[in-house]
Amino acid sequence: MAAGPYSEKVMDHFMNPRNVGEIESPDGVGEVGNPACGDMMRLYLKIEEGRVRDAKFRTFGCGAAIASSSMLTEMIKGKTVDEARAITNQQVAEALDGLPAVKIHCSVMAEQAVKSALDDYIKKHAG
Amino acid sequence: MTKAFFDHISTTPLDPRVFEAMRPYFLDRYGNPSSHIHDQGQAALRAVDQARAEVAALIGAKAGEIVFTSGATESNNLAVLGAAEGAGAGKRHVVVSEVEHFSVMNALIPLRNAGYEVTILPVDRNGVVDPDAVRKALRADTALLSVMHANSEIGTIEPVGPIGRIAKEAGVTFHVDATASAGHIPVDVREIPADLVTLSAHNFYGPKGAGALYLREGTKLAPRTFGGFQEMGYRAGTENVPAVVGMGAASILAGREMGAWAEHLSRLGKTLWDGLAAIPMLHYTGHPSERLPGHVSFWVEHVEGESLLLFLNMKGVMAASGSACSSNLRGHDEEDLVASPVLRAIGVPSDICTGSITFSLGKGNTADEVRLAIDALPGIVERLREMSPTYLDYQKLQVKGG
Repeated sequence: MAAGPYSEKVMDHFMNPRNVGEIESPDGVGEVGNPACGDMMRLYLKIEEGRVRDAKFRTFGCGAAIASSSMLTEMIKGKTVDEARAITNQQVAEALDGLPAVKIHCSVMAEQAVKSALDDYIKKHAG
Repeated sequence: MTKAFFDHISTTPLDPRVFEAMRPYFLDRYGNPSSHIHDQGQAALRAVDQARAEVAALIGAKAGEIVFTSGATESNNLAVLGAAEGAGAGKRHVVVSEVEHFSVMNALIPLRNAGYEVTILPVDRNGVVDPDAVRKALRADTALLSVMHANSEIGTIEPVGPIGRIAKEAGVTFHVDATASAGHIPVDVREIPADLVTLSAHNFYGPKGAGALYLREGTKLAPRTFGGFQEMGYRAGTENVPAVVGMGAASILAGREMGAWAEHLSRLGKTLWDGLAAIPMLHYTGHPSERLPGHVSFWVEHVEGESLLLFLNMKGVMAASGSACSSNLRGHDEEDLVASPVLRAIGVPSDICTGSITFSLGKGNTADEVRLAIDALPGIVERLREMSPTYLDYQKLQVKGG
């Protein structure tokens, strides 16, 4: 059901977010945003054989922030590390059937979260 | 599904009696009050004059002291810019409170650009302006003091009586934005020594598109619109006759029924206020007693305002976020997201400012509707907290600490 400024897809992912939670001993964790700016996302990744086996998130933020987080986890599951890193905020926004202009930064946050989590993964595995 | 509207501070539904008063002025009586040599124009002129007297009566003014405008924004703009210019060349200083509406705050931009000096008065943690701070801020070259009567976001009623007396002693023109208060609590210019008062019809069950600026006799005000000689020369342009008539009708109703409305709203507001107290880490905002009837505002730790409002809306409960962080008030620049100026002013920490919620009740609300909100909120708060990384960290700290 569409409500206010959002598409039905955004509302679906907001009301029924996929993959909320934590991963025990994750291979990579990314955290972006700041509650002072209205949103913050933490992304946990389980990576096996170069692929994202599982992804979970916790987000403080508006409807678009939660929906972007949820959509991102759906998009990266099963992808290789390189494929996941290549995901752009436009792809997240498009998958949600668009976001209002003032909410584009929420999809940017999702893109940055996966890059940050993958950086963490590389750092852990380089050492 | 039951739907409950708790956003009366943004607008109120038109009272059907007001609509009936307005109805003839759309189709039958379409005259222009400035062209009154014939019957149509006469009918319009009489209607506008009658409405002027009705609005004046609501605030204890004379009919000749009411200037009709398109609404609160225009009235506030006219008051601030018109009084600054009207004060004359030597007076280039303006004083406003920190919690004024955008239509006052943003009217200061052209004044600053024109070289005016602006003093912003702080408020205490309840959002109250200190009269002593006003006394210290006023100077010989102060053109205008502007302090609102009641704040829409946190409900606090300002001590405009004492503040007005200070302004009067200092000989400074005093503007009061009574948009949120007029029609809900008494606003009487015989008791509040204000020179200019902003009124908005749609905030007290009248139509959108009608407002007024009370202009005390003798107050110097320069116009902001230029054209014909409507509204004593202060506001050129053909009057919005149906809306003006509606504002008059709404003023009569408010004058007559305000006491009963306030009693009803206070009772429901108390039920809502008390009903939310059980939610952990919920903080009420604004003054606990000196506040608008039926106005309940708060923020909740680890919960973002818009998300809460979206979930509430899905449950049929319509409330608003007072925070500039959320939805349409976001800055043009995505990097430039700012906390609500009002919440910042009352010292709400900025890392949780996004949770600001305002419930503003109206005369049509019922106890069942309030119950709907009280029942819906705890579950929504819990659900959003479960999703929040900040709440997770908080819980871990609690476990460690305990």
